Amino acid sequence: MNNDLLFDFNVDKTAKTVYITREFNAGQSLVWDAFTKAELLDQWGAPAPMRAKTKYMNFEVGGRRFYAMVSPDGQERWAVQEFTSITPKTNFKMYNAFADKDENRELPGSEWDYNFSEQNGITKVHITIYNESFERLEKLLEGFKIGFAMTLKNLEDLLASLS
Amino acid sequence: MKQDIFQAIADPTRRAILTLIAIQALTPNAMAEKFDMTRQAVSKHIKVLHECELIKPEPSGREIYYHFNAKKMQEFDHWLAQFRQNWETQFNQLDQLLTTIKEQKQ
Repeated sequence: MNNDLLFDFNVDKTAKTVYITREFNAGQSLVWDAFTKAELLDQWGAPAPMRAKTKYMNFEVGGRRFYAMVSPDGQERWAVQEFTSITPKTNFKMYNAFADKDENRELPGSEWDYNFSEQNGITKVHITIYNESFERLEKLLEGFKIGFAMTLKNLEDLLASLS
Repeated sequence: MKQDIFQAIADPTRRAILTLIAIQALTPNAMAEKFDMTRQAVSKHIKVLHECELIKPEPSGREIYYHFNAKKMQEFDHWLAQFRQNWETQFNQLDQLLTTIKEQKQ
């Protein structure tokens, strides 16, 4: 669909870190908004048929986004993102942890670092995810499992390309 | 507590042990010899690797040989592939959203 746009996904198991790079056919300002405004995040921030639902979001240093991944049958998996550093339009960092519906966090969580840059109208986003433990990283996926049956074929292709 | 696979792989000695026994199953004594470590140090690493199922013991006579459990590592890779797939799906959704917003602005 967007074969001309870069998508890189690398895992350094020994450093417990995931590196993701993706290009978008839009200006940096718009892409920044899509990653930092709740009303936009909720439109793409969960893989279909899951959807994202933000209860509130204070995008400022020390502020939080409290949101859920909602499955088609209405199950909710809540999480808290706490913003630890913001350089408008170019970088933000956050600490992500799962939580119950009353916003009690299950620590430890994971550290996320987002970088944005633009060249010739194409915006590149670099994401670094550091996890102290694989079991925690594994939980990142827990809420997503429903959609997998549909994407099994894609997964097979992907595994073939990875091996 | 059950050992975490990330923690298990993060240690260079344990990675070396895995690399070695992926080629050939070894007894703890043989590992100690190859890595020039005490039997006690080897036992600690074996415990961690065994608890997260990266290695499997198989008794042979009076000795225990440890085998590499490739299936566990595949599970891990499989999980990562799913994680990647999720991101791909989400980013494709974002492509569509960006296109919609840009069209609205025109």
